[in-house]
Amino acid sequence: MPESLSPVTAQMPRAKLAGLLLFFLGPAVVIYSLFSIYPLVATMALSTYTSDPSGARSFVGLANFQTLLGDALWSKPFWNALGNNLIFFTVHMCVQNPVGIALAGLLSLPRVRLKGFYRTVMFLPTMLSVVIVGFSWNLILSPLWGVASGALKAVGLGSLFAPWLGLESSALVTLSLISVWQFVGIPMMLIYAALLNIPEELIDAARVDGLGQLRIFFHIKLPLVLPTISLVSVLTFVANFNAFDLIYSVKGALAGPNFATDILGTFFYRTFFGNQLQLGNPTMGAAVATVMFFIILLGLCLYLFLVQRRIRRYAF
Amino acid sequence: MTTEQRARSISVHLVLIAYSLLAVGPILLVVMNSFKVRSAIFGSPLAPPDTSTFSLIGYEKVFRSSHILLYYSNSLIVTLVSMALVLLFGAMAAWALTEYRFRGSTVLALFLSIGIMVPIRLGSVAILNMMRSAGLNDTLTALVLVYVAQGLPMSIFILSEFIQQIPKDLRDAARCDGVPEIRIFFEVVAPLLRPAIATVAVFTIVPIWNDLWFPLILTSSDSTHTVTLGVQQFLGQYITDWNSVLAALSMAILPVVVIYVILSRQLIAGLTSGAVK
Amino acid sequence: MRRTIKAALGAEAAALALLAGLASAQAGSLKIESWRNDDADIWNSKIIPAFNKHYPDIKIEFAPSAPKEYNAALNARLDGGTAGDLITCRPFDASLALYQKHQLDAVDGIKGMENFSDVAKAAWQTDDGKTTFCVPIASVIAGFIYNKEAFAKLGVTEPKTLDEFHAVLEKFKKDGTYVPLVMGTADQWEAATMGFQNVGPDYWKGEVGRANLISGKEKLTDPQYVAAFKEIAAWAPYLGSGFQAQTYADSQNLFSLGKGAIYAAGSWDISTFRGQAKFAMGAFPPPQPAGTTDCYISDHTDIAMGINAASKNKEDAKKFLEWLTTPEFATIYANALPGFFPLGKTPVKVEDDVAATMVGWRQSCKSTIRNSYQILSRGTPNLENELWNVSAQVVNGKLTPEAAGKQLQDGLDKWYKPAK
Repeated sequence: MPESLSPVTAQMPRAKLAGLLLFFLGPAVVIYSLFSIYPLVATMALSTYTSDPSGARSFVGLANFQTLLGDALWSKPFWNALGNNLIFFTVHMCVQNPVGIALAGLLSLPRVRLKGFYRTVMFLPTMLSVVIVGFSWNLILSPLWGVASGALKAVGLGSLFAPWLGLESSALVTLSLISVWQFVGIPMMLIYAALLNIPEELIDAARVDGLGQLRIFFHIKLPLVLPTISLVSVLTFVANFNAFDLIYSVKGALAGPNFATDILGTFFYRTFFGNQLQLGNPTMGAAVATVMFFIILLGLCLYLFLVQRRIRRYAF
Repeated sequence: MTTEQRARSISVHLVLIAYSLLAVGPILLVVMNSFKVRSAIFGSPLAPPDTSTFSLIGYEKVFRSSHILLYYSNSLIVTLVSMALVLLFGAMAAWALTEYRFRGSTVLALFLSIGIMVPIRLGSVAILNMMRSAGLNDTLTALVLVYVAQGLPMSIFILSEFIQQIPKDLRDAARCDGVPEIRIFFEVVAPLLRPAIATVAVFTIVPIWNDLWFPLILTSSDSTHTVTLGVQQFLGQYITDWNSVLAALSMAILPVVVIYVILSRQLIAGLTSGAVK
Repeated sequence: MRRTIKAALGAEAAALALLAGLASAQAGSLKIESWRNDDADIWNSKIIPAFNKHYPDIKIEFAPSAPKEYNAALNARLDGGTAGDLITCRPFDASLALYQKHQLDAVDGIKGMENFSDVAKAAWQTDDGKTTFCVPIASVIAGFIYNKEAFAKLGVTEPKTLDEFHAVLEKFKKDGTYVPLVMGTADQWEAATMGFQNVGPDYWKGEVGRANLISGKEKLTDPQYVAAFKEIAAWAPYLGSGFQAQTYADSQNLFSLGKGAIYAAGSWDISTFRGQAKFAMGAFPPPQPAGTTDCYISDHTDIAMGINAASKNKEDAKKFLEWLTTPEFATIYANALPGFFPLGKTPVKVEDDVAATMVGWRQSCKSTIRNSYQILSRGTPNLENELWNVSAQVVNGKLTPEAAGKQLQDGLDKWYKPAK
C-alpha cells in the first residue's frame, strides 16, 4: 500500500495529516473497535475465567484450555468437531470451487448466448437466507414428502434413495453439498470476473496458434486466474470454519446423529449457550471461541506464507 | 457456424441449463407448492397447482398470524442504513489507508482485517452488555451498529482494491488545483466507486438481510423482528402446517429474488469490473 | 456519494423516530418469555383476555422464542438485561441456575401457592425444598396415540402388554396400509422422551428407580434400564422408511395425514392433531412388560412461570402469577391446550376425550417424572443430551442397549457422586 503514495501527501504537514486521518478513519475505527474488537477481546479475556453457580467469576489462567484439549470429556467432541469441519471444508474445496471454475469457464466462452440469464439464475441461491435454504432442503430430502425419492424413481434410480440427512455416514456430506449448492455462486462470479479481465490479445494469440478452447482454458486462462482461486479458497476456509447456521437450522444444536454433523460453530454454540437441560458455560464457550480464532489465524498464516507468495510470483 | 461448433454450443448450453435447473429447482418447488392445498402438497409434490389444487390458505394464515409487513420494513431499514454506513465509512477508511502514508498504517490495516476472519458472534455477550448500558437493547439501532462493525472490514478490503485502480493522475491533478483533500475524496474519488457498491453489497448486505443470530439475541419484541427471525419463529410455530410453512418460506424468498433480478445487472457489472482479484 | 450520505442520515432519522415510538411502552405492561410458540394464538385470544377481565389496565405481551433457541436466547437476554418481566420456567436445573444467579425471584409469597402440592412444586424449588421460584402451570404425560379407524379396519384393540403391542405392530406391518409406529430419530429427543422415558418407567418402577439413580443405588447399566433400551431398539422395523431423517414435524404430519397407526406421543401433541387429523383418535398408556403388575406413566412437570428479578414492573407481574394459581386459569389453560394438565389441587374438568383419557391414567397408574431431569443433568457430560444421543442411536441400530447404558453411566460417573 505505501508504494501507491503520491508526492503531495508525503509532503503534507503532520497536523493536517492527523486531522485527515481522524476524519477518514475515525468513524470506521471507532465503530469497528467498539462493536467488533472489544467484544472479541472481552470474549478472550472471559476464556481465562471460570464461574460458580451464583455467576461469580474467578481467574483461572489457561485452565479452560487445558480442560478443552486435555480432558477427554471436552477434547473428544472438540476433535470430532474439528475433524467434521475439515470434511466440511474439503467438500467445499473439492466440489464448490471446481464447479464454480467450470461454470465460470463455460460462461466466459465467446459467443454463448443468454449469459446474463444463466449468471442471474445460478447466483440466486447465494442470496437466500441459510435458514430458508436449510429448511427447504430438509423438506426436499425428507422421506415423508418424497420429492427426492420420487425424482430418483422417475429416472429409474429409486433404490439409490436413502434418508441421507439422518444417517451418520452421509449426513455431514449431504449438509456440505447443500452449502455448496448455496454458495457456488461466489467462486463462479469472482472467477468469471477474473476471466473477463484477461486481455483479449493473449487469447487471440493462442487461437491463432491453433489452440482449442479447452487447452486455452487450462493452459492460459486458468494459470492467470490462480490468484483469484486462491482468494476464493481462503474466503471459503474462513466461511467454513465460521459456519453454524445451516447445521443448526437442519440438525439443531446437538448436530446429530451422534454428533456426526457437529462442527466448531455448533460446538461453540452448545458450550456457550447450552441445550435443553445443559446449562450454558460462557467461560468454556469463550475458550472454544478463542481456539476457533487461533485455528482460523493459523489457516490464514499458512495461506499467506505458503500459497499467496508463490502465486504472486507466477501470476503476471 | 460449423456443425462441430454448433454441437459444442449445444452441449455448453445443456450443461448450463442443467445447472440452472439445479439452482432454481428447489426454490421453484417451494414456491409452487405454497399455492396448493395440503393434500396436493403431499400427494403430488412435483405437479404444478391446477384449478382443483390451487389454494392461498397458507398466505392468508401468514398475513393473519404474523406481522410480516412490519418484519419487512424492519429488515429494510436495518439493511439499508447498515449498507449506507458501511459504504460511507468503509470508503473513507479505505481511502485513508491506501492514500496517506503514516506510521502504523500496516498495523491498522491488519487490525481492520481481523474482522474478516473472526465471526463477531463470538463476542455476543459483551455486545449485549454494551447495548444494555447504552440503552439500545431491543432497538434496530443496536442491529445497525453491529452490522456496520461486521461489514466494515470486508468493505474496506474490497474498496481499497478499487481505490488502488483509480488512476493517480486524477487526484493529483485535483491536488495541484488546490482542491482540499476531503473534497477530492467526496467529489473525485467517491463517484468512481459506484461500481464497487454491488460488490460490497454481495459481501455485506446479503449476510445482514439473512442474519438470524443478532435479531435473535438483540431484539426481543415483535416490533423489532426482522424477516429472517420472523419467518424462523413462524416456521417454529406452524411447523406441521405445511401450507403456512411453504407460504412463509416463499414470502421470505420472493422479495429477495425480485430485488436481485432488478439489480442483478449492476451487481454483476460491479463484480466483473475486477474489484476483487 | 453526497446523496448517499443524505439518504443514510434520512433513513437513520426515520429509524430512530420509529424506535422512539415503539420504545415508549406504557406503564403497566408485562412481557412474557416462553418457548411455547405453538400456543401464541391461545395466549392472545383466550388467556390474556381472561386475565384482562380482572386487570384491564395491565397490558400483556406474549413473546415466545422457538423451543430450540429458548434457553440460549433467554440466557443472553437475562445477562443483557433485555428479557421480559415474566419468564416461562423449564423444570429443574435450568431454572434453578437462573434463581442461583439471582435472575429469578422467589415466589413463595405469591398468594395461592398453597394451591399446589409439594410434588407439583418440586421441579422449581431449591434442593432443600425451602424456596420455590416459579409458579407451576402444567405437566405433560407420555403414552401412545392411535388412529381408531386403522385399529377398527384391522380389528385390533388397545394393547395392554408389550407382547400384545408387538403383535399389533406386526399386524400393521403385514397389512402395509399404515406405518405401524410413527417416530423419527432425526431430532433425537423423540427417541429419548417418547421412547425411553415413555416405556421405561414400568421397568424401573417410576419414582423408586428415579430416586435410586440419584442415590446411587441403581446404575444405568442395570438390567431394567438396558431392557428399556432393548424395547425401543425393537421398534426400528415398525417405523416409517427413512425414519433416521424423519423430524418431529415429519412424524406429526405422517400421523395427522392418516398414514400411521400408532404414534409415540406426548400429551402436548393432542392440540396439534386436533387441528389437522380428520379421523378419530384414542390413547393407551405404555404397554407393560411381561411379569409386571403395577403400571407407571411419565407425568412430567414441565412448565411454570417466574418473575425476572430485573423486572421493572414486579407488582403487576405478581398479580399475573397470583392469577395463574387460580382454578379459573387452570380451566382455561387445560381446555384451550388439551394435553397440558394443570398441577393445582383443585381438579379441573378436561373436555377433550384423548386428553381426558391420558389424564385419567393418573388414577390407574403411578406418575413419575423423567429420570434424567432432577440433579443428574447438572454436570458435564449432560445426561439429558447424552440420553437423546444414545436413544436415537439405539433405535437406529448403531448402538447396543448394553453399550447405551454403559455410555450413560460412564458419563454420569465422571462428575456425579451420589450423596452417601
